[in-house]
Amino acid sequence: MTDFRAAYLEELTNIAPDIDPDTVGDDEHIQDDLELDSMDVLNLVMALHKRFGVDIPEADYPRIATVALATRYLESHVAS
Amino acid sequence: MPSLGADMEAGKLVEWSVQPGDQVNRGDVVAVVETQKGAIEIEIFESGTVHELIAELGAELPVGAPLAVILAEGEAPPAEAPAAPEPVQEDMTAQSPADDITAPPPTPDIAPHAGAGPAASPAARVRAHELGLDLSAITGSGPGGVIVLADVEVAVPGPARPQARTGGTGSAVDEMRKAIAAAMTRSKQSIPHFYLSETIDVQPAMDYLAALNADRPPPERVLLGALFVRAATRAAAKIKVMNGHFTDGAFRPADRVNPGVAVALRGGGLVAPALMDAQDMTLDQTMSGMRDLVTRARAGRLRSSEMTQGTITISSLGETGAEAMTGVIFPPQVALVGIGAPHRRPWVVGDAVVPRHVVTLTLSADHRVSDGRQVARFISEFETLMSEPEAL
Repeated sequence: MTDFRAAYLEELTNIAPDIDPDTVGDDEHIQDDLELDSMDVLNLVMALHKRFGVDIPEADYPRIATVALATRYLESHVAS
Repeated sequence: MPSLGADMEAGKLVEWSVQPGDQVNRGDVVAVVETQKGAIEIEIFESGTVHELIAELGAELPVGAPLAVILAEGEAPPAEAPAAPEPVQEDMTAQSPADDITAPPPTPDIAPHAGAGPAASPAARVRAHELGLDLSAITGSGPGGVIVLADVEVAVPGPARPQARTGGTGSAVDEMRKAIAAAMTRSKQSIPHFYLSETIDVQPAMDYLAALNADRPPPERVLLGALFVRAATRAAAKIKVMNGHFTDGAFRPADRVNPGVAVALRGGGLVAPALMDAQDMTLDQTMSGMRDLVTRARAGRLRSSEMTQGTITISSLGETGAEAMTGVIFPPQVALVGIGAPHRRPWVVGDAVVPRHVVTLTLSADHRVSDGRQVARFISEFETLMSEPEAL
């Protein structure tokens, strides 16, 4: 089974290389806590789209805003 | 060594992208230079053949120092390669990196051998002028005897030299902080800023984008920031007194719009590379151009033209955060468009009060060039454009 948590963290740190994946808390918000801007978020969505073929509409952006949320989101959307 | 900003004194050559014998065309990247604002790709402003690479990799060179000799078609090589700055007709630095804008180069005297007195960096010239010092009386400590800012500060009689540079070996972030400090201090000391603000209903723009993006895969989605850049570009094309450079005591309007897009760098610092020729772009082209700029700004791969040929700056606080920002103009430009984060507020539409997303637009303008009436026209134009986003 795909490790969505690790995959998400990998794409996140590709976009923000200064982030140490080991220090990212499950509930840290990518914009409020990790300081991604709207262009970074779009790039993250693009990376996840490319990797998993998942089409994350804008309305769902809040559902990938933390590691915990994104892991659940990817598990349910990629599997189906 | 081209000047890549009003306060650049020197750069370190870190990469050659060409070899002697290579054919180069105007605009080709020929070298990479490390500056306080990161690594910048240097574009050639002459077409011809690379005759000789003069500068050594790793060398820290003052602005104006020759990097290479380029021969135009049919031109004979110089009898002897210039070891020190000499008037070489076709060397890369004989022309400013900004010479293909209608406005003349921001620092036309960057070549120290241009025949205009002793060799000195632009910052040194400006500071010497401010202090009323004669450059010919100052001994230069830069390579080839070029006068740098520190030399001018040292030459100030008496105790009044608070701005002497310490030239330490700070981190990249420290260096960028210094570059920002120098440019912004120069701006506030030399540009008589004034400001006009207006809160604008952006609900039509946000609704338009939500509908547009709903049918698009992630790579084709457009951000609100691209609409702002598009609207500011079109407003700048119309209100020409906001778009151009103030150099040598005069405003020179630009005939194209290269909006500098302020990009916050992770870890601190800010760059505002120009989106070249944005006036000819569609909204989608603007968006992909911005994505490319942000990516390269973060990776430290901007080009010399993008660092010097911005004609107006757009600084947007993004989706969340403060509702307004009053920005500092980036010299030699004459205006900055500051855009706060969208906030949901009670708003009067027709005769009803309804919740709407609004942003506060704040124009910083140079009073040497424009007055409130012209800036008000810019704001009005921007607001009109944002109210009809499908036409952007």
